[in-house]
Parts: sequence; C-alpha cells; structure tokens
Amino acid sequence: MRYTGLDKPKTKGYTYFWRFVFAITVAAVLVFLWYATTKVEYIWQWGRVPQYFWIVDERDLNSEFDGQVLAVDASKIVIRDEYNAEHDIALPKDANVLLDAGSTVYYGDALARYEYRAPGILLEGLWITLQVSFLAIIIGIAVGILFGLARVSENPAPRWWAIIYVELIRGTPLMVQIFIWYFVVGVLVDELLAQAGLPRIPALWYGVIALAIFTGAYVAEIVRAGIQSVHRGQTEAARSLGMTYGQCMRKVVLPQALRRIMPPLAGQFISLIKDSSLLGVMAIRELTKATREAVTSSVQPLELWFTCALLYLVLTFTLSIFVQYLERRAVRR
Amino acid sequence: MIKIRKLNKFFYHPATLHALKSIDLDVHKGETVVIIGPSGSGKSTLLRCVNRLEYAEGGDIFIEDKNALDPKCDINAIRAEVGMVFQSFNLFPHLSVLENVTLAQLAVRHRKKTEAERRAMALLESVGIAEKHSASPDQLSGGQQQRVAIARALAMDPKVMLFDEPTSALDPEMVGEVLDAMRKLAKGGMTMLVVTHEMGFAREVADRVIFMDNGVIIEDSSPGELFSNPRHERTKAFLDQIL
Ligand SMILES: Nc1ncnc2c1ncn2[C@@H]1O[C@H](COP(=O)(O)OP(=O)(O)O)[C@@H](O)[C@H]1O
Ligand SMILES: [Mg+2]
Repeated sequence: MRYTGLDKPKTKGYTYFWRFVFAITVAAVLVFLWYATTKVEYIWQWGRVPQYFWIVDERDLNSEFDGQVLAVDASKIVIRDEYNAEHDIALPKDANVLLDAGSTVYYGDALARYEYRAPGILLEGLWITLQVSFLAIIIGIAVGILFGLARVSENPAPRWWAIIYVELIRGTPLMVQIFIWYFVVGVLVDELLAQAGLPRIPALWYGVIALAIFTGAYVAEIVRAGIQSVHRGQTEAARSLGMTYGQCMRKVVLPQALRRIMPPLAGQFISLIKDSSLLGVMAIRELTKATREAVTSSVQPLELWFTCALLYLVLTFTLSIFVQYLERRAVRR
Repeated sequence: MIKIRKLNKFFYHPATLHALKSIDLDVHKGETVVIIGPSGSGKSTLLRCVNRLEYAEGGDIFIEDKNALDPKCDINAIRAEVGMVFQSFNLFPHLSVLENVTLAQLAVRHRKKTEAERRAMALLESVGIAEKHSASPDQLSGGQQQRVAIARALAMDPKVMLFDEPTSALDPEMVGEVLDAMRKLAKGGMTMLVVTHEMGFAREVADRVIFMDNGVIIEDSSPGELFSNPRHERTKAFLDQIL
C-alpha cells in the first residue's frame, strides 16, 4: 500500500525498520526449518528428485525363446527357436546388441542393453492433474452458466432446480461428493453399463464430473451475481428495441456480466486445481497421490512435498496470469 | 397512432400505489406531445406502460391497431415500432457507438451488416456524431451519449418515439444539442411522446402539452394555452413553481 495521506506521514526509518523486520522473520522461519531437519538428521538429497520426473535407466532386452541368433542389424534381431520358427525381435533405438549372429540363446538371456527413458510418476501425476482440471473447468463453466441463467429465470422449474443444486453442492463437503460420485453413482452406472454390455467409464471421468459439478455450483452463483450486477437499464434498453429475452441475455447482459466476473471465476478455478488433489481417494493418480507414492518408495518426503507444492503453485500462478491477460484484453477493447 | 384507454397501473411494493388512474390519451400521427408534471406523478410509468416495460393490469393501449396489453400480442414486434430514449442513456458499454446502433437492426430487423452500418452512419450523421462511430460509449460526453441513444432507437425505423426526461441527466451546456436533435425529429414528422422539464422546448415544439399529477391527466391543451392560461389551479401552481 502506498501512503494515502489518511494518517500521519511515515518517516524513512519506519519503512526501513519494518522491511528489516520482514526479512528477519522470513529468515527465522527458514533457519528453524533447517535447524529442525538437522536435529532429526534429515539428509537433503535434491539430486534424487529429477528421477521422479523423468526416468533414465539401463535395461536389458531378454530373450523369450531358446534357439539361435540368425541375424543382427540396427533395428532387429532374428532368432530361430527350437521348433524352427523364426522370430523378429525389434530393437529399441540405440540399443547395444550383446550377441553376434550364430550364438545360441536361452530363455531369459540378455540380447541387448538399452537406455530406458519415460516420464516419471510426478510428471504423469502433473499431467493427470492438468487434464482433470482443464476438463472440469470447461464443463464447470458450461454447467455454471446454465444454472446461473436458470437461477434468474422466471420459470420456477429451472429456477428451483438451480437453487437445489447450488444448496446441495455448497452444503456438503467435496470429499463426500467425490465418494458419492465414485462409490454410489459410479457403481450404479457401471452396473447399468455392464448389463447393457457396454464398457465401464474410467475413474478419471468420475473425478472430472465430481469437480465440474462442484465448481459449477459456485460458478452458477458467480454468474447469477454477475447477471444481477448488470444495470436494469441495459435490459430495458435492449428489450425496448424489440430484442427477445434470449437475444438480450446473449448480446447485452452476459457479455457485460462475464467480463465483470473474471476475477471471482479465476479464484474459483484456482480452488478447483487445488481441490483436484482430493481425487487420489478414487484411485486417480494425480499430482498429490503421485507424490505420496513417490514418498513411500523414496525416503525424501521433504524434497518431494516441497516439489509437489511448487508444481501446484506453478499451475495456479499460470492460470491467474492468463486470466489477468484476458481481463486486460477485455478492458482494452 | 397511440390510443390509451382507461389505463390503470398499480404498484404493490413497497406499498399498494395507484400510479396511473384511468388514463385516456391519444397521440396522432406526426404529433409531438409533451408531458409535464411534478416528480412522482406517473409520467415515466405512463411512458413505460406504452412499450410494456411496466405491465398495466387494466385498460388498453393501441399502437396503430395492435393492443400492447393483449397477452397474446407479439410484444417484441410492437416494441420494435416504438423507440425509447431513457434519462440515463443506457448505451451498451461493451459495444462501440456503431455497434450500439446496429445491434438491434441485425438481431430484430435481420438486416445485412453493410445495410445496418449504412443506416447507422446516416443516423449518427444526422445527430452530428458520425466521427465518433468507433469510440466506446464511456469516451463520450453525456450529450453525445444521448444523441447516440436517439440514433439507436431511430435505427429501428420506429413509428413512435418515447422520450423519458432525455436531458435531465445532462450538464446544462449539453442540453441544447439533444433538444436540437429532438426538434429536428419533430419537424421531420416523427410521432413523439416526450416527458421533459424543458418548458422552452415544450412551448416551441409541442403540438399538445399534458399536465399530469398524482397519476391523473389534469390538463391537455396547446402549449400556448397551457403556459399562458392554465385552466386548473394545480397546473398553475406547478408552473408558478418552476418558471
Ligand atoms: N417499480 C416501481 N415500484 C414501485 N413503485 C414505483 C415503481 N416505479 C415508480 N413507482 C412509483 O410510482 C409513482 C410514479 O412514478 P414515476 O412514473 O417514476 O413518476 P415521474 O416519472 O412522474 O416522476 C411514484 O410514486 C413512484 O414512487
Ligand atoms: Mg420519471
């Protein structure tokens, strides 16, 4: 905050002193953390974190037959097995072949050695979190606008549905909703699908729906407030020109309302990204569950949980920057 | 053009209020009728009943031969024929001046974009604001905004124009430019129903002046007669107060 003139002017020393106090308190927190970890003899090993993002591993390609190597080239090994059948075994890129043509191989022998590269568990978790959040945001916007419009409708059927929806969702914990979607709705739907001979719906979609429906209720309230914040004169002007209710909403009220509700919407979607961490309970391996698994297999909880938090920060920060950009563009037009 | 018969309007919130009491009024084609009266006398309500921004429970309002109070009428088609200019302009702030004037032409009249823009530019020209066509409404002064609002209503080619205190929200130096635009419109033969406190305008432009008080039309006569020689005590008291 800048000096507003409402209070006595502050001296230079005041500013410097309190900046110093701020720096000291930050340092104190960090020092305490460091001190606590040395007390419990925690060994920081940040070097072990990257492997959870990207796996690089030396692996062997093993024979699945007993037989003889007939030929070797850059892309494949040809083996004739004991029943005289020939098998082409494809080689991974840049593999180091360990056998020459003519050698005898037995089941389980190493044929080649290669470098195995794949995304690690944290990167996969991050990707799932991104996917779930993105889909839930899109569906949440659609659901929210629909119910927001229903909420301000003169027709009691959609209006009461909207009221019930918003109250039910806002009045129950998200965790309970997730359990209901997965263990109640999910079980029922899967049973019906199975009876109809159709495949199950992946858990990921129940996660997306749970988050989208949850967010949609809040978006609906934000949209309702946005619509009601547009001055009545706007509706009257549009209708006095002969525009229908729908035209007036689409072309006059909603464009103004949506512009105004950008900041609260952004806040809602940032919450959604963070709430997606609850989806671990329905066997979706998003970022938080991935981190938990990584922590159990390593013994580096501090590094991994800090990394996890940092990744969420990157996601939420990116989203809020993006929304700020949209807002600025909307204002400029 | 407009025929109002036994129009009654009640408000129930915050308390029951009989806002219009059995109003009878005719506005003929090409006529400019000015309504004056103290604040709260029901002038705005009467105007808003004509294009049904307020729904009156009793009476009839014929626009040409269509009854706007008939629940089965196509109110949007009637409204397209009745332009309205508000005290607070009510331009669409998210659209440019030109888009403000073309929006309803495209949505309601289903005109082609080029045609709508041509019509809009001609109207903006006639109210003297064509050079601001790409500006945003909030970059305009009140007088300019109100002239855009007039162009926006005229773009529908309405048969009647309603003005509800179009100059009351304006700084004094901008009142003239809006009244000029309205004067031009009246001279051009537009049928107009105007609520205003600009007695000079009423005296000069109106074919008839109506004095309303307490939801009742007290007096309906030519401007010369009403201003110089009011028949009713309340008219006289009102005029003494404001002149
Ligand atoms: N929407 C409304 N709800 C309740 N009362 C209203 C409403 N609009 C106007 N009124 C009342 O109706 C009366 C007439 O109002 P109005 O037509 O605005 O008067 P005028 O335009 O002549 O100043 C006033 O007493 C006003 O308070
Ligand atoms: Mg009024």
